[in-house]
Amino acid sequence: MKVLIAIKRVIDYNVKIRVKSDHTGVETNNVKMSMNPFDEIAVEEGIQMLESGAASEVVAVSMGPDQCQETIRTALAMGCDRGIHVSTDINLEPLAVAKLLASIVAKENPKLVILGKQAIDDDSNQTGQMLSAILGWSQGTFASNISIEKDNAKVTREIDGGLETLNIKLPSVITTDLRLNTPRYASLPNIMKAKKKPIDTLTPEELKIDVTNRLSTIKVVDPPTREAGVKVETVQELVDKLKNEVKII
Amino acid sequence: MPVLVYIDHDNQNLNVANLSTITAASMIGEVHAVVVGYDCSDVAKNLAETQNIEKVLIVDSEAYTNPIAENISAVLVSISEGYSHILAPATTVGKNIMPRLSALLDVQQISEIVDVIDSDTFDRPIYAGNAIATVKSNDSIKVITVRTTAFEPACKGSSSVDIIEIEPPDISNHLSEFVGSELTKLDRPELTSARVIISGGRGMQNGENFKLLEQVAELLGAAVGASRAAVDSGFVSNDYQVGQTGKIVAPELYIAVGISGAIQHLAGMKDSKVIVAINKDEDAPIFQVADYGLVADLFEAIPELENELRT
Repeated sequence: MKVLIAIKRVIDYNVKIRVKSDHTGVETNNVKMSMNPFDEIAVEEGIQMLESGAASEVVAVSMGPDQCQETIRTALAMGCDRGIHVSTDINLEPLAVAKLLASIVAKENPKLVILGKQAIDDDSNQTGQMLSAILGWSQGTFASNISIEKDNAKVTREIDGGLETLNIKLPSVITTDLRLNTPRYASLPNIMKAKKKPIDTLTPEELKIDVTNRLSTIKVVDPPTREAGVKVETVQELVDKLKNEVKII
Repeated sequence: MPVLVYIDHDNQNLNVANLSTITAASMIGEVHAVVVGYDCSDVAKNLAETQNIEKVLIVDSEAYTNPIAENISAVLVSISEGYSHILAPATTVGKNIMPRLSALLDVQQISEIVDVIDSDTFDRPIYAGNAIATVKSNDSIKVITVRTTAFEPACKGSSSVDIIEIEPPDISNHLSEFVGSELTKLDRPELTSARVIISGGRGMQNGENFKLLEQVAELLGAAVGASRAAVDSGFVSNDYQVGQTGKIVAPELYIAVGISGAIQHLAGMKDSKVIVAINKDEDAPIFQVADYGLVADLFEAIPELENELRT
């Protein structure tokens, strides 16, 4: 079974982001970039399937500027077999990414596509579901456990009230939640080996996909700030404030 | 053109998140609500008596007992004509279904809106709420999920509107089947609708110690939450998680215990009316958003808090 993993290059989750002074977006110059944390979980899951024999090949796909190749190299160093880079300077929206992925699926014929449930930059949580819809496949979102059977996968999903298990028909699109696994660090020998693994480069034009944005960003601003309040010295003082000052309890 | 709201329900009860979504929808236009489920007429009746609803549609069939995204999105496509907007609460059900609907309609969804500027323009948080983007949609039909803590819930109305039954379309594609669910048994209110929440972080040290919070929660009628660090460390299950990738909450009172206050956690609770932080590290970032901060060892402070509340 061939598995495709979609990964996104985002501002590192430890970086405190800054809104640009002209309110057109968020400052990305000279900011540390990394693989979206949920996509690392997707990569790890694919590699584990390779190790268990459930997968025969794992291909990592990323889209965006040239630097995305670094993100793909990270996935290769973790253990993916090869990479595909869709090169574009357009800030792709989830629908465009899903369409590009669908056209790569048509070329590559994987039986499973794994994506992170959400990118931590735009917080959309859309691409996996959209890809599944375009392909007419089943979807298993927010997965905390995946077991691959012959023509199906059992997926345990994180839902608001707890967990839900679905039996989904393969081929399928699965998106990862936090507890699915703990991504590995790439070892130095594997980082060296990854440099020799192939990365194909494609463009949206070659894939014949219109990636024109559907949304326009009018402005990006800082959220309303919350002022720090007061320190209380004792538990009694705290309870007194809650009872008598804000009258909540 | 009217606006359609997809209702998240369990065939009996309305999730309160729907009521906030109805409020958001009413800022755009005349609101219709659709209930897709099985034996779900109580949900429809309840909605028909809700303020700002002009019409309720019901699609009742055994095939829709569980909200399987592949099936529900197909139903929504079949009734989407004539609507300018389709909204759903940003619950796990809404987040699962709406992007699928959006791709089937070939439109770019707008996720987790926190304000309606006009019928094409919306505010939504990005980067874990560390920036707010105002986006304008150029699509013919807008598919939207709603950050429900940002809108007041719609109240019960004074009269009842019509409930219209819709013949279920034949869309049994058998792509996914429901196997089972394990729902966390709650003796207390659910996180997203609780008036008071007490949450624990890595400082709780283990899952056993969450009992300390549960005892306080009991006295306050509060829900218990957790930071991602506590979930990652295996103290509690993921459905306790408050934050960017967990639940977004805005209770009257949020008590953060042993939580340092990573931006990802703040993203999930900083709209709470009153925030209390209890942490032994006086430099913990949580104190920068707390209305009341107590620098103390939680293993002394929490039992003391429990005693104070009992007296």
